[in-house]
Amino acid sequence: MSDTKTLAPAPPRDAPAPRPPTARRSGSRRLEEITKILFVVPAGLAIVALFGYPVVKNVVMGFQDYGLKTFFTGKAPFVGLSNYVAVVSDDVFSKAVVNTALFTLGSILGQFVIGMLLALFFHQSFPLNGVLRALFLLPWLLPLIVGSAAWRAILEQDSGILNVTLQNLGVIDGPVPWLTSPSVALVSVILVNIWLGIPFNLTLLYSGLQAIPDELYEAGALDGATGWRAFWSITWPNLRAVVSVVLMLGVIYTLKVLDIILGLTQGGPANATQTIALQSYQRSFVEFKFGQGAALSNILIVISLAFAIIYLRVNRRQVDE
Amino acid sequence: MSAIVSKGQARHARGPVRTAIAIVLLALLLFPVYWMLNISLQPSGNALSGTFFPTHPSLDGYRAAIADQGGHLVISLVIASGTVVLSLLVAAPCAYALAQFRFRWISWALLAILISQMIPSIVIANALYTAYERIGLLDSIPGLIVVNSASGIPFGILIMRSFMLGVPPSIVEAARVDGAGLVRAFLSIVVPISRNSLITAGLFAFLFAWSDFIYALTLTTKGQVVPVTLGIYTYLGAHIANWSAVMATAVLASLPAIVLLVVAQRYISAGATGGAVK
Repeated sequence: MSDTKTLAPAPPRDAPAPRPPTARRSGSRRLEEITKILFVVPAGLAIVALFGYPVVKNVVMGFQDYGLKTFFTGKAPFVGLSNYVAVVSDDVFSKAVVNTALFTLGSILGQFVIGMLLALFFHQSFPLNGVLRALFLLPWLLPLIVGSAAWRAILEQDSGILNVTLQNLGVIDGPVPWLTSPSVALVSVILVNIWLGIPFNLTLLYSGLQAIPDELYEAGALDGATGWRAFWSITWPNLRAVVSVVLMLGVIYTLKVLDIILGLTQGGPANATQTIALQSYQRSFVEFKFGQGAALSNILIVISLAFAIIYLRVNRRQVDE
Repeated sequence: MSAIVSKGQARHARGPVRTAIAIVLLALLLFPVYWMLNISLQPSGNALSGTFFPTHPSLDGYRAAIADQGGHLVISLVIASGTVVLSLLVAAPCAYALAQFRFRWISWALLAILISQMIPSIVIANALYTAYERIGLLDSIPGLIVVNSASGIPFGILIMRSFMLGVPPSIVEAARVDGAGLVRAFLSIVVPISRNSLITAGLFAFLFAWSDFIYALTLTTKGQVVPVTLGIYTYLGAHIANWSAVMATAVLASLPAIVLLVVAQRYISAGATGGAVK
């Protein structure tokens, strides 16, 4: 916005302006300032009510015995750290932490590598490039629970198409219990989550590649940098900002995934696919121990925030623009 | 010179091969979507069918899906449309203000909006459950519209702001000189110019709300307000008796995404990159 806009209503300093108009002007300017504030008030209230309040409330609830009783008595006594002690000392917690780490790491790695290869592939020109690339977005736009349902049908043990095909090809002797065996279920859930994350990675990395000027490659080619040399010395350094954004957003989104795991395994079998987010859901909405659920989701907030800080440091230039 | 020409010709010749590779990759990635469609058209009653094509296509799955889930689809539509309206009403003026007004705290507001997008939805559900219980918004369509706007509003602000940064202040100034107030100028000049970014933001608010499962699962208790995502989950929960009906519901629940992908593809690409990076 230009400076002239704010300066324009002010009367010239040296001109002897009559008093009443100035008063009216400063009055209308105040009105305008108030109108400007009113543009952001609804959004401010929404952010406070839908994010500020929940975060503060969760932090407080983490220290309260907030359970089913609370809804009848209205009382939620403060209990210090006992919610945290209860959830952390539970055997499932360490399993959930390991699973969360494996789920996040595996998903991000798979999504990123496949998304990157596809982005590089689509960065070349060929007929129908745009249309085909758009169709790749479809899995990302479907409701997650729909993706889970489709994969449930594919991974079904006895008549699911994956086992039927693998058996017909002679790759496996008997059906693999993709979602019902504790040793395989986490891998299956990760694979489905990779599938869901590919479009996001492809789209962001592709637009990052598009932003690298062609001249760099032309100059590089003169110096003999083509193929992998060009990738490592031109593409990767120029893509680094986008890559960190993609990775950080990927981590933050994956940490909070619930739909896919609930739709595929509900955390089972034998807690093989339990994660911190799922534990939080189960404490609150299955066992109605809202204090413990809040304690777990507070742990999740801290982890997400750590990654958010990294993300914001990387992304600061865009924020400040 | 000749080297460049021959390179161009080689690239031209490789084009169709790349298209073929892309189609194969696309077929692999979209197989689950195809499989969903295939199963939905198989005759119902039996277990999952292993045939690759619906050789005897039947609409029984869709009949069962509409009978069981038709109402849930309508509820999803109402919630998603309400979320679009609420999100745009709240986010559009804010986006304009953050793009064009000179507030000292703008970078703090943007920081807050970015961080808000990173709060896990289970945190919001956990806190709002108790609040909703007290103020009577549990099991209600307005309750789900409000909570779904928690995704639509911040995303909308970021998308629309990055577009509105490019609106020249001079055209708004011209309207102001002609006597239009700030609100009139916004509604009659900024909104029409920014139409594409409003469509993008609205489209995503719709998809967020339509796809929502966590809030539907946690903030409804009595089974009165059941969006279709929750309907699918309930279908999946019991041992599945009728796969073709489940997959028919999944196909119906995918329709908005498919329609939007075909009709509004350029807005989706814009949203995918704009909302995440800017």
